[in-house]
Amino acid sequence: MATKSLKARHNALVTDNKQLEILEGGIFENGELPYFKDKIAQIGQFPLRPKKLEILQINVGYMCNQVCEHCHVDAGPDRKEIMTRETMEQCLEVIRNTAAHTLDLTGGAPEMNPNFRWFVEEAAKAGVQDFIVRSNLTIIRANKKYYDLPEFFKKYNIHVISSMPHYTRGKTDKQRGEGVFDKSIKALQELNAVGYGMPDSSLRLDLVYNPSGAFLPGDQSALERDFKKALKEDFEINFHNLFSITNLPIARFLDYLIASGNYEDYMYSLVESYNPSAVENVMCTNTISVSWDGWLYDCDFNQMLGLKVASKIKHIKDYNEDILTDRNIIVSQHCFGCTAGAGSSCQGSVT
Amino acid sequence: MADSYYDPADLRKFGKITEWSEELGNKFFDYYGKVFEEGALSAREKSLIALAVAHVVKCPYCIDAYTKDGLQKGITKEEMMEAVHAGAAIESGATLVHGVQMMNKYNKLSM
Repeated sequence: MATKSLKARHNALVTDNKQLEILEGGIFENGELPYFKDKIAQIGQFPLRPKKLEILQINVGYMCNQVCEHCHVDAGPDRKEIMTRETMEQCLEVIRNTAAHTLDLTGGAPEMNPNFRWFVEEAAKAGVQDFIVRSNLTIIRANKKYYDLPEFFKKYNIHVISSMPHYTRGKTDKQRGEGVFDKSIKALQELNAVGYGMPDSSLRLDLVYNPSGAFLPGDQSALERDFKKALKEDFEINFHNLFSITNLPIARFLDYLIASGNYEDYMYSLVESYNPSAVENVMCTNTISVSWDGWLYDCDFNQMLGLKVASKIKHIKDYNEDILTDRNIIVSQHCFGCTAGAGSSCQGSVT
Repeated sequence: MADSYYDPADLRKFGKITEWSEELGNKFFDYYGKVFEEGALSAREKSLIALAVAHVVKCPYCIDAYTKDGLQKGITKEEMMEAVHAGAAIESGATLVHGVQMMNKYNKLSM
């Protein structure tokens, strides 16, 4: 398993144009598979337009204590892109005035941003209805300074969403690194201990399931049932919901698909599973994604491809929700990842 | 045309059999889809049965399809291999149980 990001390995893929070149070319260019824009044009959804903004997703930095094999952010300990306090101030101004009901902090490991706690405290004052932190779990056990994170999350009524690719050690460690499973289990037990994820608790703890390989996630409710049963029986762990998320062919997952000879088959799977009814609720229609340096994107995936919003408002410092909502969403072939099967978003299935 | 009997890319074309016999093809795929829905057996259990049968009937397309289906359903490799053994055990048992017929015939013909 790699211990460095693609960026640190100077991998040609992460120069954004190279990824888009691959996604726009090959089996799409030669007509074997249809372009995403043509598929959604058939149901009158091209150009794809935003609906009411509901979720403000802020990526506070690409630094992470893990180097997961499937990571579309290409996050890792060697990534130095971290949101500054100045940009956080600009975000707070937006958080205080937005109509969005959900604030979603992601990374990297958001907790590794040195201003993370200050930012959470300030953002919580704005009285957001649903305040999410996407925590990779192992960060809670990574260093003594993070041991109190469960209590910190509880204090601010944070909705914790954590990745857990499987309920068995082997599959988890293969995707996320040696020892990740045991640390994640310990972290989940600690979150349970302060009340997170318990059946009637208002402290929300949800898990995210990403397939550990070149295949799509199965039925979300069936997976949730299996995860609940196994984690309860084996480790006495409780959680609320499981979100199954399709891996999009971006950054390290794209690198993996190509290196393992699975790229074309995977794209076929995505296109064959295209579900027109999932288009209605794709997350880019109700989300704005903010990068560590304050640029605005239709989603976290477009952020990683360097596709800034097609609006005259492109940066958080100039934020204007009305102008931003009046834009066309930028699509490419990776978008088939969000419309396959039951659909996929940061909140799981969309149908 | 491929110069071997099995081409993995042909699996994607399975649906095309309907083109040459629409009614029967559609009826088959409707039935097939219905069979693998959640029912008295879970879709997960049915996927494992399909994987075992795929090995017994030695269909490389089905083996590819139900290995992938199992991964999608979170089925572990240990579970998959046990399913293959269940199929193999029935298959070898089916051979061996004929040994009784052999014994019967042997005994009947022998003094």
